[in-house]
Amino acid sequence: MDFATGQHAFAQALLHADAPLPLGLTGAGGAVDAARFAVYRNNVHVGLTRALAQRFGVTERLVGAEFFAGMARAYAQDHKPSSPLIIDYGDDFPDFIAGFEPAQTLPYLPDVARLEAAWTRAYHAADAAPLAFSRLAAFTPEALATLTLKPHPSATLLRSPYPAGAIWAAHQGTELADIEAWQPETVLVVRPEMAVNVHVLPASDGLFAALLFAGGTLGAAAEAALTEEPTFDFGAALVGLLTLSAFAGIHQGDVP
Amino acid sequence: MNAVPRDCLPARAGLGLKPEHYSHVLEARPDIGFFEVHAENYMGAGGPPHLYLEAVAGLYPLSLHGVGLSIGAAGPLDATHLRRLRDLIDRYRPQSFSEHLAWSTHDTGFLNDLLPLPYTPETLARVSEHVDEAQQAIGRQLLLENPSTYLLFAESTIDEIDFLEAVAERTGCGLLLDVNNVMVSCVNHRLDPTAYIDRFPVERVGEIHLAGYDETVDGAGDRLLIDAHGSPVKTDVMALYELTLARTGPLPTLIEWDNDVPAFPTLHAEAVRVDALIAGQAVRRNVLKRAG
Repeated sequence: MDFATGQHAFAQALLHADAPLPLGLTGAGGAVDAARFAVYRNNVHVGLTRALAQRFGVTERLVGAEFFAGMARAYAQDHKPSSPLIIDYGDDFPDFIAGFEPAQTLPYLPDVARLEAAWTRAYHAADAAPLAFSRLAAFTPEALATLTLKPHPSATLLRSPYPAGAIWAAHQGTELADIEAWQPETVLVVRPEMAVNVHVLPASDGLFAALLFAGGTLGAAAEAALTEEPTFDFGAALVGLLTLSAFAGIHQGDVP
Repeated sequence: MNAVPRDCLPARAGLGLKPEHYSHVLEARPDIGFFEVHAENYMGAGGPPHLYLEAVAGLYPLSLHGVGLSIGAAGPLDATHLRRLRDLIDRYRPQSFSEHLAWSTHDTGFLNDLLPLPYTPETLARVSEHVDEAQQAIGRQLLLENPSTYLLFAESTIDEIDFLEAVAERTGCGLLLDVNNVMVSCVNHRLDPTAYIDRFPVERVGEIHLAGYDETVDGAGDRLLIDAHGSPVKTDVMALYELTLARTGPLPTLIEWDNDVPAFPTLHAEAVRVDALIAGQAVRRNVLKRAG
């Protein structure tokens, strides 16, 4: 058996717990013992599920360690890391949870997991100075309406029909905090400096922020927000997002 | 003969740098010989890991330890990963860079473990090509670490030490001698760990690793040691380390503790214990020199 063929057989046996042991393995006492090959299977499994538990701590608390371990095991079985960067592992775990039948009784679970995935992405994202309000002050209202803004490299905007931010915040201490209102939330996860911040935006600013993050102009986003909610305050919403460091710049093509 | 340059890491005990200890290390500045980090944990674009690593590297010698290059893979090295390593090494200029005689990447993805390979002329040629390619890419020597293994391959025709020495001979790489891995593999394969250390080409060793193993039994009831990195260095490994030091002389020695990481004082106490053994070995050599 050549090197590549042997290694392929080893990998296949490693990934399928019920597969027979690969040929050609041995031990000091002669034939290899299954418990020894199982150490490698276990290392792969434990390493990946441990990485998920570290990244998705609130999700684990919401479902309990045993349920989480089963869900993580099911994910890891079919989703191996695409690169040696374990810091990225689990980016699509929230989508897997959304389709995981036993978790359907907790419909808010995928969004809480999305928030946790965004937290780690923000932690490792490129550093960048937030867009200062003074850079926008130079534009006339007409010019301002045509601008599109670059989200901060660490920023994720999560639009949830559930209070995903409040649920996440309630699980940050050892004591469970109360969730004041069960309502939809738009959550901004961003790291302007070294601390990752999680903000629940005012309800009336959610659509505006989402359209800006999707690449819409300030004018179009404001118009849509006003149509949805007549009391929408463009100035307050924009200053609010800038204060939270949601953006890092203005798209070059927009700058006259 | 390509002797390892000895002017890199200091011949002292070093510790793995863990995020939970960043603040303590920068504030208290404990007297530790060097810190080691896993390269892959610092391959994000920015954020606190880089901020802290820059600060720590400004205060302590740094060892960069890769766990994902998959040097022992039959397939080609990941060019993207080699570039990430080169960028990290260019940025931090560590005193040492090391990787494993193992594989972890396959066409199904990254398998997240250090997997074993047979030792044959074919695998020796492949591993040597990979070490050569890696050293060219990063522009410096790497230290190749002996693995901990739980099983053997019937097709192996080359002894592990001979294999490592041949890779070093062909590529000019140095070796990282993990004494815990020696104990784990030797117990698992009913070999004599003392004989392993006695035969190891110590002049090529640039760094030593120590760690705690877990112990169980296999299906036949035979002792099965597992390289676990979650407990203090066991007594028999410490004794084997003393034998190692007597052969190598003082060398930089990392204490690996990656799982169930304890409070910093527990790690520091392990480092103090190892520093005393290194210093003791240096003194014994001085006395012998005077007597001779």
